[in-house]
Amino acid sequence: MSTDTATPARTSPPPRETRRPSRLRRSWDKHWYAWVMVAPVVLVLGVLIFYPLGRGILLSFTNLTEANQLAEICSKSITGTEVCKPNPNAWEVVGVDNYVNILTGKVGEFWQQFGVTLLWTVTCVVFHYGLGLGLAVLLNRPMRGRGIYRVLLILPWAVPAFVSAFAWRFMFNEQFGLINSLFESVGLDRVEWFADWKTALLTAIIANIWLGVPFMMVTLLGGMQTIPGEQYEAAEIDGATPWQRFVNITLPGLRSVSMTVLLLGFIWTFNMFPIIFLVTGGEPAGQTEILVTGAFRSAFEGIRNYSLSSTYGVLILSILLVFSVFYRRALRKQGEVW
Amino acid sequence: MAPGTTAGHSTHTAQVNKQSRARRSPLASLGLHATLIGASLIAVFPIAWVVLSSFKPKQWVQSSELTLVKEPTLGNYEYVLFETNFPTWMLNSVIIALCTMAIGILMSATTGYALSRFNFPGRRKLMMVFLVTQMFPVAVLIVPIYKIMATLGLINTHASLVIAYLTIAVPFCSWMLKGYFDSIPTSLDEAASIDGCGPFQTFWRVIMPLARPGIAVTAFYTFLTAWGEVAYASAFIQTDDRFTLAYGMQQFVPQFNAQWEYLTAAAVLVTVPAGLVFLYAQRHLVSGLTAGGTKG
Repeated sequence: MSTDTATPARTSPPPRETRRPSRLRRSWDKHWYAWVMVAPVVLVLGVLIFYPLGRGILLSFTNLTEANQLAEICSKSITGTEVCKPNPNAWEVVGVDNYVNILTGKVGEFWQQFGVTLLWTVTCVVFHYGLGLGLAVLLNRPMRGRGIYRVLLILPWAVPAFVSAFAWRFMFNEQFGLINSLFESVGLDRVEWFADWKTALLTAIIANIWLGVPFMMVTLLGGMQTIPGEQYEAAEIDGATPWQRFVNITLPGLRSVSMTVLLLGFIWTFNMFPIIFLVTGGEPAGQTEILVTGAFRSAFEGIRNYSLSSTYGVLILSILLVFSVFYRRALRKQGEVW
Repeated sequence: MAPGTTAGHSTHTAQVNKQSRARRSPLASLGLHATLIGASLIAVFPIAWVVLSSFKPKQWVQSSELTLVKEPTLGNYEYVLFETNFPTWMLNSVIIALCTMAIGILMSATTGYALSRFNFPGRRKLMMVFLVTQMFPVAVLIVPIYKIMATLGLINTHASLVIAYLTIAVPFCSWMLKGYFDSIPTSLDEAASIDGCGPFQTFWRVIMPLARPGIAVTAFYTFLTAWGEVAYASAFIQTDDRFTLAYGMQQFVPQFNAQWEYLTAAAVLVTVPAGLVFLYAQRHLVSGLTAGGTKG
């Protein structure tokens, strides 16, 4: 891959802070076009992600809900002038109460949802990667119909996630779903998929695996095509078996692609809202809720509990941040520059 | 990945594989095709089942009897297309997806280029920020973003959705395009600057045309993001005439007793344009995504 050759700029370190008063000015003169190019993105992200995030962090230390958000209650008097009185039940800063309530289980089902989320994420990512890699290896060789196989295998990715969720919910329907009908026609019992959390979670995991494999397959396939063919030739001359070639050439060659897609896959699956929300809907009784859908439900059903949803958000983000920091550190220890 | 290197590698791979193909036994060949056919069936089947069901009248959609197509009808499509606001929703979705696509490409291309070519202060931090934005659960950002949109008076407008979708698509696309630009030799930039091009001209006249495959992937990604998003659409849009397809489809899911026959027809109608965009872009997918995926 020629990627690392392309940025000569990277080799010269950014100008370190100097005490000269003109350093901002000089920096601007030197880099203004770069800054202009990134400005729109920085602006949009700043306004729509970091400002809300900052507010969310502040909100998580209050007890703000839809019901107590007004600081004053105003009413028109007979003369037509507005009279405002302070709201006796107005929201207030409650410190870390929200965190304590959530983490001790007083509000919501944090730890149960955390467990389900981990099970869900790890299972999905393992299958995504394993099946994606397997299919990519199969597709990475010349054969008849390769193009057709590739298009067919990519198809699930072409379907919007909520449509797929709906399709699987339809197939797992307990009365007229295809899967139960198939079970019946081969003499098996119908399964009440959404009556038990294990089978309910299984339906969502199957749907998500189906949805996510094409991405992994395509990315890994692309990675494989950048591995120089000479390496395989040399290995073949040395008499390496296909399995040895796979372990010693393909896997190391895919390393940097794999590391990126595994991290992204983990994050995306962890936060995968529509599948759980639409396929199981948390059935039975909220037992298949993952953190994101759990947060949505505890925060948006009934009175909108803004502070609670913020607290959940901060917790989810912290978990993912800690995870990626450790992930990257582990990579760096093994000499990965990324 | 630069076009030249791709071609070089794939011919090498092809040669090696040609040798191994000659040696592949009929049994191995059978196994290979059987596995791929099986996998393709699993990949296609749920879609095919929804398509088949969409042509069935209600009593056969909601029947436990297994039938491929019985009494096929276009009634479900007729209802969805003519008795509901579906065409309006389709138009809304197209407008929103195209706007998101155009603005998204422009923003992520300039950003990706700056990240790839210039070592400006804040570059590494911006890369980190893009990774971090992938970690934000949508469910949690919706309320604050709703409040911002309300303050700006954008609730129930197409603009609110375009802006919201940009925040989802742009970080990832900038990341991908940065990887793609990395693979275009910098000697081209240098040559352009010797010829008297400024950084913007170089970007627009030299790099953008070369980056077409990468741009195609980005375009496809932003389009599909906008096409299939439900959460923001349901939060920001309030009147029936402004719904997007994805959200409008939810109209067929009342609290109890979903209208599955209309849902299946709507699902097919929603998926077809997205699928066409996808199949058009998929040729470039491998090269585009890999370039983005290899280096952070």
